[in-house]
Amino acid sequence: MGVTAVLDAVAGLCLLGGALLSLAAGVGLLRFPDLLSRMHAATKPQVLGLLLILSGAAIRLGTVVDITTLVLVGVFQLITAPVAAHMVGRAAYRAGLVRRELLLVDELAAARGREHGSGGE
Amino acid sequence: MAGARDRLVAVAALTVVWMLLWGVFSWLTLAGGLLVSVLVLAVFPLPPVTFAGRLRPVGLLRFAVRFVVDLWVASFQLAWTALAGRRAPRSAVLAVRLAVRSDLNLTMCAEAVSLVPGSLIVDLDRAAGVLYVHVFDVAGPADIARFRREVRGIERRIVEAVGSDAEIAVVGGGEG
Repeated sequence: MGVTAVLDAVAGLCLLGGALLSLAAGVGLLRFPDLLSRMHAATKPQVLGLLLILSGAAIRLGTVVDITTLVLVGVFQLITAPVAAHMVGRAAYRAGLVRRELLLVDELAAARGREHGSGGE
Repeated sequence: MAGARDRLVAVAALTVVWMLLWGVFSWLTLAGGLLVSVLVLAVFPLPPVTFAGRLRPVGLLRFAVRFVVDLWVASFQLAWTALAGRRAPRSAVLAVRLAVRSDLNLTMCAEAVSLVPGSLIVDLDRAAGVLYVHVFDVAGPADIARFRREVRGIERRIVEAVGSDAEIAVVGGGEG
Protein backbone atom coordinates (compact mmCIF):
# COMPACT_ATOMS: atom_id res chain seq x y z
CA MET A 1 0.00 0.00 0.00
CA GLY A 2 1.57 3.27 -1.11
CA VAL A 3 1.59 6.63 0.60
CA THR A 4 -1.22 7.90 -1.64
CA ALA A 5 -3.49 5.04 -0.66
CA VAL A 6 -2.88 5.67 3.05
CA LEU A 7 -3.54 9.39 2.61
CA ASP A 8 -6.73 8.64 0.68
CA ALA A 9 -7.89 6.36 3.47
CA VAL A 10 -7.17 9.00 6.13
CA ALA A 11 -8.97 11.67 4.06
CA GLY A 12 -11.93 9.31 3.62
CA LEU A 13 -12.13 8.66 7.37
CA CYS A 14 -11.99 12.40 8.10
CA LEU A 15 -14.77 13.15 5.60
CA LEU A 16 -16.97 10.31 6.89
CA GLY A 17 -16.42 11.25 10.54
CA GLY A 18 -17.22 14.89 9.83
CA ALA A 19 -20.36 13.96 7.92
CA LEU A 20 -21.55 11.69 10.74
CA LEU A 21 -21.02 14.41 13.36
CA SER A 22 -22.98 16.86 11.23
CA LEU A 23 -25.75 14.27 10.85
CA ALA A 24 -25.85 13.83 14.64
CA ALA A 25 -26.10 17.61 14.97
CA GLY A 26 -29.09 17.60 12.61
CA VAL A 27 -30.80 14.81 14.58
CA GLY A 28 -30.12 16.67 17.84
CA LEU A 29 -31.67 19.79 16.37
CA LEU A 30 -34.91 17.85 15.87
CA ARG A 31 -34.90 15.86 19.10
CA PHE A 32 -33.70 18.27 21.80
CA PRO A 33 -36.49 19.84 23.84
CA ASP A 34 -35.88 23.59 23.90
CA LEU A 35 -34.05 26.39 22.13
CA LEU A 36 -30.94 26.49 24.32
CA SER A 37 -30.46 22.73 24.08
CA ARG A 38 -30.87 22.95 20.34
CA MET A 39 -28.22 25.63 20.18
CA HIS A 40 -25.78 23.08 21.56
CA ALA A 41 -26.64 20.70 18.75
CA ALA A 42 -26.64 23.45 16.14
CA THR A 43 -23.28 24.95 16.97
CA LYS A 44 -21.07 22.34 18.56
CA PRO A 45 -20.71 18.88 17.01
CA GLN A 46 -20.18 20.45 13.64
CA VAL A 47 -17.21 22.50 14.86
CA LEU A 48 -15.29 19.25 15.08
CA GLY A 49 -17.25 17.92 12.10
CA LEU A 50 -16.25 20.85 9.93
CA LEU A 51 -12.62 20.65 11.06
CA LEU A 52 -12.58 16.96 10.10
CA ILE A 53 -14.10 17.69 6.69
CA LEU A 54 -11.60 20.50 6.11
CA SER A 55 -8.73 18.16 7.06
CA GLY A 56 -10.01 15.52 4.67
CA ALA A 57 -10.37 18.07 1.88
CA ALA A 58 -6.88 19.46 2.59
CA ILE A 59 -5.36 15.97 2.29
CA ARG A 60 -7.22 15.29 -0.96
CA LEU A 61 -6.51 18.67 -2.59
CA GLY A 62 -2.94 18.99 -1.39
CA THR A 63 -2.05 22.33 -2.99
CA VAL A 64 -0.83 25.33 -1.00
CA VAL A 65 -3.47 27.72 -2.37
CA ASP A 66 -6.34 25.43 -1.33
CA ILE A 67 -4.89 24.51 2.06
CA THR A 68 -4.35 28.15 3.10
CA THR A 69 -8.00 28.90 2.29
CA LEU A 70 -9.15 25.86 4.27
CA VAL A 71 -7.02 26.97 7.27
CA LEU A 72 -8.75 30.35 7.14
CA VAL A 73 -12.19 28.71 7.03
CA GLY A 74 -11.29 26.67 10.12
CA VAL A 75 -9.89 29.64 12.04
CA PHE A 76 -12.90 31.84 11.35
CA GLN A 77 -15.27 29.02 12.27
CA LEU A 78 -13.51 28.69 15.65
CA ILE A 79 -13.70 32.45 16.24
CA THR A 80 -17.27 33.06 15.10
CA ALA A 81 -19.24 29.94 16.17
CA PRO A 82 -19.21 30.85 19.90
CA VAL A 83 -20.24 34.43 19.14
CA ALA A 84 -23.21 33.31 17.05
CA ALA A 85 -24.26 30.76 19.69
CA HIS A 86 -23.95 33.36 22.42
CA MET A 87 -26.02 35.97 20.58
CA VAL A 88 -28.89 33.55 19.95
CA GLY A 89 -28.71 32.11 23.47
CA ARG A 90 -28.68 35.54 25.09
CA ALA A 91 -31.57 36.83 22.99
CA ALA A 92 -33.58 33.68 23.76
CA TYR A 93 -32.93 33.95 27.48
CA ARG A 94 -33.90 37.60 27.61
CA ALA A 95 -37.01 37.00 25.54
CA GLY A 96 -38.09 34.32 28.03
CA LEU A 97 -37.90 31.46 25.52
CA VAL A 98 -36.22 29.18 28.05
CA ARG A 99 -38.22 26.23 29.36
CA ARG A 100 -37.58 26.62 33.07
CA GLU A 101 -38.81 23.16 34.01
CA LEU A 102 -35.81 21.74 32.13
CA LEU A 103 -33.33 23.79 34.14
CA LEU A 104 -31.91 22.13 37.24
CA VAL A 105 -30.35 25.38 38.47
CA ASP A 106 -30.65 28.92 37.12
CA GLU A 107 -28.09 31.19 38.73
CA LEU A 108 -28.57 33.90 36.12
CA ALA A 109 -32.22 34.35 37.12
CA ALA A 110 -31.10 34.76 40.74
CA ALA A 111 -28.50 37.35 39.76
CA ARG A 112 -30.95 39.28 37.58
CA GLY A 113 -33.57 39.13 40.31
CA ARG A 114 -31.17 40.82 42.74
CA GLU A 115 -30.34 43.45 40.16
CA HIS A 116 -33.94 44.34 39.38
CA GLY A 117 -35.35 44.17 42.89
CA SER A 118 -38.73 42.48 42.57
CA GLY A 119 -37.86 41.33 39.05
CA GLY A 120 -40.51 43.38 37.28
CA GLU A 121 -39.45 42.69 33.72
CA MET B 1 4.25 52.00 24.56
CA ALA B 2 1.72 49.20 24.85
CA GLY B 3 -0.56 50.66 22.16
CA ALA B 4 2.17 50.52 19.55
CA ARG B 5 2.87 46.87 20.31
CA ASP B 6 -0.85 46.00 20.10
CA ARG B 7 -1.08 47.69 16.71
CA LEU B 8 2.00 45.85 15.44
CA VAL B 9 0.45 42.51 16.48
CA ALA B 10 -2.80 43.45 14.70
CA VAL B 11 -0.93 44.43 11.51
CA ALA B 12 1.04 41.17 11.58
CA ALA B 13 -2.12 39.08 12.08
CA LEU B 14 -4.01 40.84 9.27
CA THR B 15 -1.02 40.46 6.95
CA VAL B 16 -0.93 36.71 7.64
CA VAL B 17 -4.67 36.48 6.84
CA TRP B 18 -4.09 38.39 3.59
CA MET B 19 -1.26 36.08 2.54
CA LEU B 20 -3.35 33.00 3.43
CA LEU B 21 -6.20 34.36 1.30
CA TRP B 22 -3.88 34.71 -1.68
CA GLY B 23 -2.24 31.38 -0.85
CA VAL B 24 1.08 32.76 -2.14
CA PHE B 25 3.98 33.66 0.15
CA SER B 26 5.87 36.27 -1.84
CA TRP B 27 7.22 39.78 -1.29
CA LEU B 28 4.31 41.13 -3.32
CA THR B 29 1.63 39.61 -1.07
CA LEU B 30 3.65 40.65 2.00
CA ALA B 31 3.77 44.26 0.82
CA GLY B 32 0.12 44.19 -0.21
CA GLY B 33 -0.87 42.69 3.13
CA LEU B 34 1.04 45.32 5.11
CA LEU B 35 -0.51 48.11 3.04
CA VAL B 36 -4.06 46.78 3.40
CA SER B 37 -3.70 46.09 7.16
CA VAL B 38 -2.34 49.55 7.91
CA LEU B 39 -5.21 51.05 5.88
CA VAL B 40 -7.83 48.86 7.59
CA LEU B 41 -6.52 49.73 11.06
CA ALA B 42 -6.43 53.43 10.21
CA VAL B 43 -10.02 53.41 8.95
CA PHE B 44 -11.47 50.97 11.54
CA PRO B 45 -9.42 51.45 14.71
CA LEU B 46 -9.73 48.56 17.18
CA PRO B 47 -10.91 49.11 20.73
CA PRO B 48 -7.94 49.07 23.09
CA VAL B 49 -7.32 45.51 24.25
CA THR B 50 -4.15 45.34 26.24
CA PHE B 51 -2.20 42.16 26.19
CA ALA B 52 -0.22 42.20 29.41
CA GLY B 53 1.24 38.71 29.35
CA ARG B 54 3.50 36.86 26.97
CA LEU B 55 3.22 33.67 24.94
CA ARG B 56 4.47 30.59 26.75
CA PRO B 57 5.04 27.66 24.33
CA VAL B 58 4.70 24.87 26.93
CA GLY B 59 1.47 26.35 28.32
CA LEU B 60 0.12 26.91 24.80
CA LEU B 61 0.84 23.32 23.83
CA ARG B 62 -0.75 22.00 27.02
CA PHE B 63 -3.84 24.14 26.45
CA ALA B 64 -4.10 23.11 22.78
CA VAL B 65 -3.76 19.37 23.46
CA ARG B 66 -6.29 19.43 26.30
CA PHE B 67 -8.65 21.56 24.20
CA VAL B 68 -8.58 19.12 21.28
CA VAL B 69 -9.17 16.16 23.62
CA ASP B 70 -12.12 17.97 25.25
CA LEU B 71 -13.52 18.87 21.82
CA TRP B 72 -13.47 15.24 20.68
CA VAL B 73 -14.88 13.75 23.88
CA ALA B 74 -17.64 16.34 24.20
CA SER B 75 -18.58 16.23 20.51
CA PHE B 76 -19.12 12.48 20.62
CA GLN B 77 -20.99 12.68 23.94
CA LEU B 78 -23.37 15.24 22.46
CA ALA B 79 -23.75 13.25 19.25
CA TRP B 80 -24.55 10.15 21.32
CA THR B 81 -27.16 12.04 23.36
CA ALA B 82 -28.72 13.29 20.14
CA LEU B 83 -28.90 9.87 18.52
CA ALA B 84 -29.56 7.53 21.45
CA GLY B 85 -30.86 9.66 24.34
CA ARG B 86 -34.22 8.45 25.62
CA ARG B 87 -35.26 11.10 28.12
CA ALA B 88 -35.37 14.86 27.60
CA PRO B 89 -31.96 16.03 28.79
CA ARG B 90 -31.92 18.49 31.71
CA SER B 91 -29.76 21.60 31.72
CA ALA B 92 -28.57 24.26 34.14
CA VAL B 93 -27.51 27.90 33.96
CA LEU B 94 -24.46 28.33 36.17
CA ALA B 95 -22.56 31.40 37.29
CA VAL B 96 -18.80 30.85 37.17
CA ARG B 97 -16.55 33.57 38.55
CA LEU B 98 -13.18 33.86 36.84
CA ALA B 99 -10.04 34.64 38.82
CA VAL B 100 -8.56 37.08 36.27
CA ARG B 101 -10.97 39.83 35.22
CA SER B 102 -9.24 41.37 32.20
CA ASP B 103 -11.36 41.73 29.06
CA LEU B 104 -8.96 39.61 27.06
CA ASN B 105 -9.03 36.76 29.57
CA LEU B 106 -12.83 36.96 29.78
CA THR B 107 -13.06 36.78 25.97
CA MET B 108 -10.66 33.89 25.58
CA CYS B 109 -12.27 31.86 28.37
CA ALA B 110 -15.74 32.49 26.93
CA GLU B 111 -14.55 31.38 23.47
CA ALA B 112 -12.87 28.24 24.79
CA VAL B 113 -15.84 27.31 27.00
CA SER B 114 -18.29 27.89 24.13
CA LEU B 115 -16.33 25.85 21.62
CA VAL B 116 -16.41 22.73 23.74
CA PRO B 117 -19.84 21.14 23.20
CA GLY B 118 -22.27 21.06 26.09
CA SER B 119 -21.65 24.59 27.31
CA LEU B 120 -22.94 27.88 25.94
CA ILE B 121 -22.39 31.39 27.28
CA VAL B 122 -25.80 32.95 27.91
CA ASP B 123 -24.62 36.16 29.51
CA LEU B 124 -21.66 37.64 31.29
CA ASP B 125 -20.96 40.24 33.90
CA ARG B 126 -17.92 42.10 32.67
CA ALA B 127 -17.31 44.13 35.83
CA ALA B 128 -17.44 41.14 38.16
CA GLY B 129 -15.82 38.70 35.73
CA VAL B 130 -18.70 36.23 35.91
CA LEU B 131 -19.67 33.92 33.04
CA TYR B 132 -23.25 32.62 32.96
CA VAL B 133 -23.00 29.28 31.24
CA HIS B 134 -25.83 27.09 29.98
CA VAL B 135 -24.68 23.53 30.59
CA PHE B 136 -26.36 20.75 28.64
CA ASP B 137 -27.22 17.32 30.03
CA VAL B 138 -26.81 17.89 33.76
CA ALA B 139 -28.00 15.07 36.00
CA GLY B 140 -27.30 16.44 39.47
CA PRO B 141 -25.09 18.45 41.84
CA ALA B 142 -22.06 16.27 41.05
CA ASP B 143 -22.21 17.32 37.39
CA ILE B 144 -22.50 20.97 38.40
CA ALA B 145 -19.44 20.81 40.66
CA ARG B 146 -17.48 18.98 37.94
CA PHE B 147 -18.40 21.61 35.39
CA ARG B 148 -17.26 24.47 37.63
CA ARG B 149 -13.92 22.71 38.08
CA GLU B 150 -13.65 22.30 34.30
CA VAL B 151 -14.18 26.00 33.60
CA ARG B 152 -11.61 26.97 36.23
CA GLY B 153 -9.23 24.46 34.65
CA ILE B 154 -9.75 26.03 31.22
CA GLU B 155 -9.04 29.47 32.67
CA ARG B 156 -5.92 28.24 34.45
CA ARG B 157 -4.57 26.67 31.26
CA ILE B 158 -5.31 29.82 29.23
CA VAL B 159 -3.58 32.06 31.75
CA GLU B 160 -0.63 29.67 31.92
CA ALA B 161 -0.41 29.87 28.12
CA VAL B 162 -0.64 33.64 27.57
CA GLY B 163 -0.86 35.34 30.97
CA SER B 164 1.56 37.52 32.87
CA ASP B 165 3.38 36.34 35.99
CA ALA B 166 0.96 38.21 38.26
CA GLU B 167 -2.06 36.53 36.60
CA ILE B 168 -0.47 33.10 36.92
CA ALA B 169 0.01 33.72 40.62
CA VAL B 170 -3.72 34.55 40.88
CA VAL B 171 -4.96 31.35 39.21
CA GLY B 172 -2.27 29.14 40.69
CA GLY B 173 -3.29 30.02 44.24
CA GLY B 174 -6.86 28.75 43.91
CA GLU B 175 -6.22 25.21 42.77
CA GLY B 176 -3.79 22.51 43.86
